[in-house]
Amino acid sequence: MALDVNKHQLIPKHSKLTDAERKKFLDDYKIDVKSLPKILIDDAAIITLKPKAGDIIKIERKSETAGTSVYYRAVIDG
Amino acid sequence: MKADQEKLLNSYADRLPLSVLDEVRENVPATINKEKLQGVLDKCLIAYNNAKVHPGECVGLVAAESIGEPGTQMTLNTFHLAGVAEVQVTTGLPRIIEVFDARKAIKTPMMEIYLNKPYSTDVEKLRKFAATIKETKFEEFVSEYNLNIFEQTLTIKLNDELLKDNDLDIKDIHKIIKPKVKAFTIAIKDELIVFGLKGKQDEIKDLYTLKEKIKDVKIKGIKGLVQVLPVKRGEEYVVLTAGSNLKDVLALSEVDSTRTISNDIHEIYKVLGIEAARQGIIDEVYKVVESQGLNVNIRHVMLVADLMVANGTVKGVTRYGVVSEKASVLARASFETPLKHLFNAALEGEVDNLTSVVENVMINQPVPIGTGLPGLITKMK
Repeated sequence: MALDVNKHQLIPKHSKLTDAERKKFLDDYKIDVKSLPKILIDDAAIITLKPKAGDIIKIERKSETAGTSVYYRAVIDG
Repeated sequence: MKADQEKLLNSYADRLPLSVLDEVRENVPATINKEKLQGVLDKCLIAYNNAKVHPGECVGLVAAESIGEPGTQMTLNTFHLAGVAEVQVTTGLPRIIEVFDARKAIKTPMMEIYLNKPYSTDVEKLRKFAATIKETKFEEFVSEYNLNIFEQTLTIKLNDELLKDNDLDIKDIHKIIKPKVKAFTIAIKDELIVFGLKGKQDEIKDLYTLKEKIKDVKIKGIKGLVQVLPVKRGEEYVVLTAGSNLKDVLALSEVDSTRTISNDIHEIYKVLGIEAARQGIIDEVYKVVESQGLNVNIRHVMLVADLMVANGTVKGVTRYGVVSEKASVLARASFETPLKHLFNAALEGEVDNLTSVVENVMINQPVPIGTGLPGLITKMK
């Protein structure tokens, strides 16, 4: 049975940056994709996004201290 | 609040965290004019920027102290302390160590299963459901084993009452057992299950090993859930379990798959992904900290959790986990098993760039934290 785990309360919202957003993000933060925290390509939470290695995943965490905090992870091949 | 003011608030969204903006929105009077709101927000921004961690602050060290110092106050002998008549859970320091080490096999795996209506409110339905998910082995239904040496058969008598309680009869058991014992004959005779040998060379010893083997055959339920306990949580009922199998439980239609959780970090990681694992680590550690009446700021726990999940998998704070990822040989050697690290580094011709703290302490240089971090550039004229 295909279970949609993304509705689970432990999982924050994951979304894939488009090419334009990706470029803007890397320029804004003056950062290399390699220096970002990683997420595996077969991670349960991003399977529906159909990511490729090198994509950047934007994660909107619900944070106890900051309301919502935004985090980025780069997709890597297992 | 008027649209203008709302717009002004939202223009601060990239500089102030949402929780601060929400607080401002709630606490300023609705009639506030734009200039005053601007003033409030600017004051907030100054206070927020002053409260930020300064560049070069050694946050990891502060986190270690802040978690470690109250940790010494924790009662050490809480290995199996639990609530009243609830499933036994590891708490206290042993549990914190377990989570931060990211142990693969934890001492007391546990799940909290939330249910959909009507199961969450109807006690009868809940009990039935709880009984169906409990892992029940063949052994529990048996009332008597009989190993007959002359006829070379193993006869098993089942407990009829237990079978009835579980809505099973001897034919169901026969059906479940049959595919597991291909090397033997199996038949039902006068409410008894009879196993016989196939072929003649087999020894009676095989029947004995068979007996031990079929004890462990799962008759019904979900693998791993060795104990189930329905309890009331506020308005609804939840099922606590000893043993954990998140994947199979979430797939059940009775289960509320948005709230059901396990306390096994690796299982959360496998089923729900790395971000859920991070949240799981924070929740689990903070639960212990709170239950011991200690006061640790959650940001410290968040920092450690972030470090543990930074490379996409869950790594414990051990020499096999996050420490093995350190760039510096000397830093790794200073943690545990120094010789191993130094020998390997020598073999591979590793270079240490001395960019972190430990290695600079070793060679008596200023460490790159605080005022030691920035370099100075002078323009020569």
